Amino acid sequence: MTIDWSWIGDHTDDLTTLTVSHLQAALSAVFFGLLISLPLAVIAHRVRPLRGFLLGLSNVLFTIPSIAIFVLLLPVSGLTRTTTVIGLTVYTLVVLLRNTVEGLDSVPVKTKEAAKAMGTRPLRTLLTVELPLALPVIMAGVRIATVMSISLVSVATYIGDGGLGQLFTDGFQRNFPTPVIAGVVLTLLLAVVADALLVAVQYALTPWTRRRA
Amino acid sequence: MYELFKDLGAWLTSGDQWSGYDGIAHRLAEHLQYSLLATLIATAIGLPLGLLIGHTGRGAFIAINLASFGRALPTVGLVVLVFLASGLSMWPVYIALVALAVPSIVTNTYAGMTAVDPDVKDAARGQGMRWHQVLFQIELPLALPLIMTGLRLALIQVVATATIAAYVSFGGLGRYVFDGLAQRDLVQVMGGAVLVAVVAITLDLALSGVQRFLFRHRPA
Repeated sequence: MTIDWSWIGDHTDDLTTLTVSHLQAALSAVFFGLLISLPLAVIAHRVRPLRGFLLGLSNVLFTIPSIAIFVLLLPVSGLTRTTTVIGLTVYTLVVLLRNTVEGLDSVPVKTKEAAKAMGTRPLRTLLTVELPLALPVIMAGVRIATVMSISLVSVATYIGDGGLGQLFTDGFQRNFPTPVIAGVVLTLLLAVVADALLVAVQYALTPWTRRRA
Repeated sequence: MYELFKDLGAWLTSGDQWSGYDGIAHRLAEHLQYSLLATLIATAIGLPLGLLIGHTGRGAFIAINLASFGRALPTVGLVVLVFLASGLSMWPVYIALVALAVPSIVTNTYAGMTAVDPDVKDAARGQGMRWHQVLFQIELPLALPLIMTGLRLALIQVVATATIAAYVSFGGLGRYVFDGLAQRDLVQVMGGAVLVAVVAITLDLALSGVQRFLFRHRPA
C-alpha cells in the first residue's frame, strides 16, 4: 500500500475544501449541542426529579447507531448538511449534558450561599459564579464532544455528506488507498489540533485554576 | 410520513422478511456474531492492559492518549484502509471494531483501578498478600463496576458500528441499510436502522440488568 504523493499534490484544493466542510459540520454540532445542553443542564441541576429523566434520555439517544440516526432523519431533512448536523448534535448531547450537570454540581454550596448573601440575583449567580466555576468540567465535555464529532462526521458519507469521509468512499470505490490515508490522517490531525486549541481556550478562561496548581 | 411508518411496520413484521438467507433472523445472527466476537477480542486485549496500567500505575499517560486517539480515529476510514490492504476478508471488520472497543475498555478499567482506595490496597499488602492476590482479590472486584460500564459502552459502540460489515460486502443488519440506500428503498434502510438501534438498546439494558444484579449488595 503506497501513497501516491502526486495525487495529494494535485488535490490540495479538494482536500482543503473537504477539511473545512468537515470541521464546519463537527463544530456546528458542538455549538448546537451546547446551546441545547446548557439550559437543560441548569434544569437538571435545579429540578432533581427531571435530572434522571434528562440524563437517561441522552443515554438512550447515544445507544442509537450514528448511521441509524442519519437514516432515520432522512424523511425529515433529506440528504443535506442539516441531517448531518442534527445527527451529530444528538451524539454530543450525552457528553455535554452529563458534564455540564456534573460541573454545576461541583460548585461548592458555600460559594453559592456567599453570592446569595451578597444579594446577587439567581440569574447573575448562575452566569457569573456557577457557570465559570463549572467551566473546567464543562470544557472537558466540550473536548470529548469535539473529538468525537470530528471522527463521526465521516459516517455521514453514506448519506452523501461527510466532509473528509467522502475520501473513504472515493478510495473504496476506485480501490485506491491514497485518498483514504489522506482522509484518516487529516481527520486525526483535525482532532488533535482542535483538542489542543480547546485546552488553550480553557487555560485562558480559567486563570484561577492555575494559581492553585 | 404516516405511510412510511405503516410500510416500516409491515416490513418489520412480515414473515417473509424474517426467513431465508436475506431474512432478518439470519442477518441478526450475523450481526450478533460480529459484535460479540469483536467485543470478546477487544476485552482480551483491553482488560489485561487496563489492569496492568492500573496496578502498576505506569503507562497512564499512554492509556489516556490511546483513548483520545481511538475516539478520533474514523472507523469508516479504518475499514476501507484495511479492506484495500487485505482484500476481501473479515479482517477489516474485526480490526475496525476491535480498534473501536479497546480504548473504552482500557480507560474504564484503568479508571476503576485508580478509584480503588489506596488504604485498602495498603492494608492488603500489609497483611502479606502477594501482588497477584492484591490484584485479583482486592483491586479487580472493587474496580468491577467501572470495568463493566466500559464493557457496556464498548459493546454498544461495536453493535452500532457493525453495520459497517455490509459496506465491505459482508452481512449483518447493515445489509438492509446499504442495500436500501443503493436501491433508494427508504423503508428497508429505516428497517435496518431501527433493528440495529433496538439490538443496541436491548443489549445495553440486559447488561445493565446483569450489572445491577451482580452488585445488588453494594452501596451505590
